This record gives sequence, structure tokens and C-alpha cells, in this order.
Amino acid sequence: MKINKVAILINVIAWAISFVWILPLMGILMASIRPYKEIVRGWWDFSEFNPSLTNIFNALYHPTAPLSKGIVNSLIVTIPATIMPIIIGALAAYAFARYSFTIKSYLFLTIVLLMAVPQQSIAIPLFQLMKKLGLLDSLIGLSIVHTAWGLPWIILFMKNFFATLPVEVEEAARIDGATDFQIFYKIVLPLSLPGIASVAALQFTWVWSDFFLALILIYSPDKLLATQRLPLMRGQYHVDWGVLSAASLIIIAVPIVLYLALQKYYIRGMVGWVVKG
Amino acid sequence: MKLNLTPYFFILPALILIIIFVLYPISATISLSFLSPEGYFVGFDNYIRVLSRREVINYDGILKGYFPMGAIVHNAIWILIHLPLSTLLGLVLAVLLQNVKGSSIIKSIIFLGMVTPLIVGGIIIRFTFDREVGVVNMFLKAIGLGHLVRTWTMYPDTALFSLILGSVWLWTGFSLILYSAGLAMIPKEYYEAAKIDGASSMQIFFRITLPLLKPVTTTVVTMTLLWELKIFDIVYVATYGGPGGASNVLALLMYFLAFRSLDFNASSVIATLLTALTLIVAIVMFKYVVRK
Repeated sequence: MKINKVAILINVIAWAISFVWILPLMGILMASIRPYKEIVRGWWDFSEFNPSLTNIFNALYHPTAPLSKGIVNSLIVTIPATIMPIIIGALAAYAFARYSFTIKSYLFLTIVLLMAVPQQSIAIPLFQLMKKLGLLDSLIGLSIVHTAWGLPWIILFMKNFFATLPVEVEEAARIDGATDFQIFYKIVLPLSLPGIASVAALQFTWVWSDFFLALILIYSPDKLLATQRLPLMRGQYHVDWGVLSAASLIIIAVPIVLYLALQKYYIRGMVGWVVKG
Repeated sequence: MKLNLTPYFFILPALILIIIFVLYPISATISLSFLSPEGYFVGFDNYIRVLSRREVINYDGILKGYFPMGAIVHNAIWILIHLPLSTLLGLVLAVLLQNVKGSSIIKSIIFLGMVTPLIVGGIIIRFTFDREVGVVNMFLKAIGLGHLVRTWTMYPDTALFSLILGSVWLWTGFSLILYSAGLAMIPKEYYEAAKIDGASSMQIFFRITLPLLKPVTTTVVTMTLLWELKIFDIVYVATYGGPGGASNVLALLMYFLAFRSLDFNASSVIATLLTALTLIVAIVMFKYVVRK
């Protein structure tokens, strides 16, 4: 009987914590689908409840910072910045996993350490470099920077993933006369789809969520990414919570849908380099 | 023996991109921190100039206990509160959730914070602590502390703490997921053997579970420290470092110095210090993992 009581208590505590955890998100959700006069009384007050899509619409077609354009721009940056580093990073990771070469350990250590540094460490020279290259205020330019910035963690993650694949298949193919590159893209890559799915889910989420690199590299009003438009919607003196919450909800919805769809890969990506399977 | 060039070809595209867009800018930032605006080498002059600024360390604020205390101190406070809170909360939840029905739903709910773009996270924090619409103030009213009601992010003495609490909400999912994965890997036989020997559940936790989770703890602590040092988005959007710099942090100060004051050398000092701190954390972790 005693154990039962403890078990019930644990269940209650756990659910209470998760209830507290969902409250901030509920607030944003309620504020985005309800008129402002209902929210100011508290979004938890349901004595009047008239849900509508007005705020969502107003956020998407905001007069000074329309989010619809921001979403398109974010996708233009995020999709190539997910695909490119996976191809380039997997190729490099394969070399680290399967070959031995002179500077390998130094190179690898450098790449691992680069995962730790903040984006602020590259900001000023990057701004000047992109200006010289004519890639400042360019969505393609930002996409290239994200590709380079994502490479260190992708290389580390994919190297660990390749280490779990059996070498025998690759050796058999080599005996059959396949070239190194053929082995990589015809045998190794198809076997690596689960790892690639993890990398894709996380890299997409991180590029989509990025604010700092966009902030310093993109400044034309029509080129601003979705995340950049959010602070602009705050308003100077009066915060329009309806529009701001709706915009937040739209921006957050993309990674949440991705997370729900690819949950297994998402978690594996987070845990992968920690707990080696 | 013939030199095999294949691995070099495989690495080349990644290497070129990393050198141009990451390694070169980092070294350029470091060298900027030792140069005068005209480009002359000035040793540590910039460092002395920056470290004596009120925005970086405000001795008066520290001694008299008011904000702003300076961005470095704010980052330190962030670490002191956020690191133990998010790590322990994740660990406790991971252990509790082993015996809870629907634990995967609870994990997903708490993990939503990790999925949330930090710029949205900042808006959510600002919203949650808002005077009129925030659930924090509703709670205060409900427990009879109505006189405390206010927009918590707008006052110097509470702005930083509101952001830190909000960041616990965002980040706890990380330690929860990692500890859950770590717990799942501990063989059940260990627990059974300990129970047969008459160990209490407290003994089992401190003598078996916790030591076996040590590698997870190392990773959680490292990644959390790196995250806390890099905090930027949520401060930018929720308080813009304010009021009066009361919630400013190093990464945001670097941005202000570079892109508002256009003082590239002072800004590079902050960036270099931040980089050095993150590298120290990473190297300590790396040494620990390698030694194992």
C-alpha cells in the first residue's frame, strides 16, 4: 500500500510540472487566436471566448514587417543551408571515419573545438568579408555562412555515425572494383539515412531559429528573415500581444511540426554524440 | 608506399568553407582585439580599456548590490542559477518519469522548450512575466501577493532573474532527454542485485545510478555552460539588455559595441574573451572524455 501512495505522488508531481511547463506556450497560443480585449483580462479567463484567425492574418500581412515574406526568406536560407552541409560534412566525416592521414588528429581536434565557439567570434570580420564578396544582405550569402557554421558539428556527428556501420560491405565493394567515391555515395550514404535524418532535423531547426547571423548580415526590409521580423512587431510603446503572439506561434510551429514528425531522429541527434549506441 | 589523396579530396570542400567563414574570421577577431583603430599593435590596451568599463564590470553595483553589475557578472549569475537548476531538474524528472504513466508525453512537453527558437523564447518570457497578460502575475494574485504584480522584465532588480528563470524553462528539456537516455542504458541487473543486498532506494540512487550517469552529467554541464555563455536572442528581444543595462550579457554587449558604437576593437575584446571562455569549457570536457 505504501509503495502505491508514493507512486501516485510521483505521478501527480510529474504531471503538475508538465502542466506548469505548458502554461507559457498556452498563453502564446491563446493570445494569438483571441482578440486583445479578452487577453488583457487574462488568457486563462474563458468567460468570453471568441477565437479567430485575425491575429494570424495580421501577423502574416503586417504593414511594416509582413511575416509571410519572412517565412519565404527563411526557407530560401534554411533549405540549402540544411542540404549543403549534410553533403559536404558527410563526405569529410567519412574521410575522418575510414582513412588515416597525416594531419587528421589535429584537424579533427580543431573542428571539435570550433563547435564550442560563439557566433560573436566571427561577426565583425565576417561582416567585412561578406561586404567584399558582395554577399552582404544576400540570402544566398547567409545560407553559405550557415553551411560553414554547421559543418563542425555535422562532421563530428556523422563521423560517430559512420563508426557504427560495418566496414565489410565497403571492403567487398572495393574488391569488386568500386572507387572510393562510388563506395561513399552508393553504399555508405544509403546506409546512413537515419543519421542524415537526425542531422537534417537539427540543422534545419537551428538555421530556422537563427537570429544573430541574420541580424548582422541581412538588413533590407524585404529580405529580413522570419526571426528578424519578430522584434520589429513589438511596437515602440504599446505591445500588441495578439500580433506578436501569432507571429511567435507561426515561427515556432515549423520546428514543432518537424519535431513531432521526426521525433525519433531528433532525439537521437541530441543524444547521439553523448550516449554512443 | 603511395600517398592516398582520397581523404584529402573528401575533406577539401568542408575545409575551404570552414577556413574562409569560421577560422579566418575568428583569427581576425582575435587580432582586432590587439590593434588600435588605425591598425597598430597596442598589446593589452584594449583589454584594459574594455574591462574597466561599467557595462562590463560595475564594481559599485556589485558592492552595493544593485543592477547593472556588468555583463560579465550577469553571465556569471546566469550560470550560478541556471546550471544547477536546469541540470538537477532534468535529472530529478528523468528519475521520476521512469515510474510515470504517459512519461513520453511529459518529456515531449518539457522538450518543446528546446525546439522553440530562442527569439520566440524571449517573447514568451516577456509575455509570461507581463503585468497584464502574464501567468506569473495571475499566480501571484491567486496566492494573495497581488501587491507584487508588475512586468518583471522591466525593472532593474528583477529583469535578469526573470530571463534566467525563463531560460530554465527553455533548457531543462536538454538535461531531461540526456539523463533519460543515460538511465535507459543502465542494466536492470544492477538494481536487482542491489535490492537483494538490501540497499535502500536512496543508496541505490547515490551509489549506483549517479556514478553511472557521470559521463551524461559531464556532457550536460558542458553544453549548458556553453549555452549560458552564448545567451543572446532572449535578452535581445525580451529586454534589449535593459533597463539601463541591468540584464545585459557579454554576447549582446559585443553586438552593441560592434554594430551600434562601431567600436570594432572593444567589441573584438569581448568576442575574444567569450571565445576563450567557451574554449576553456570545451577543452576541459575534451580532456575529461579522452582521459576516460
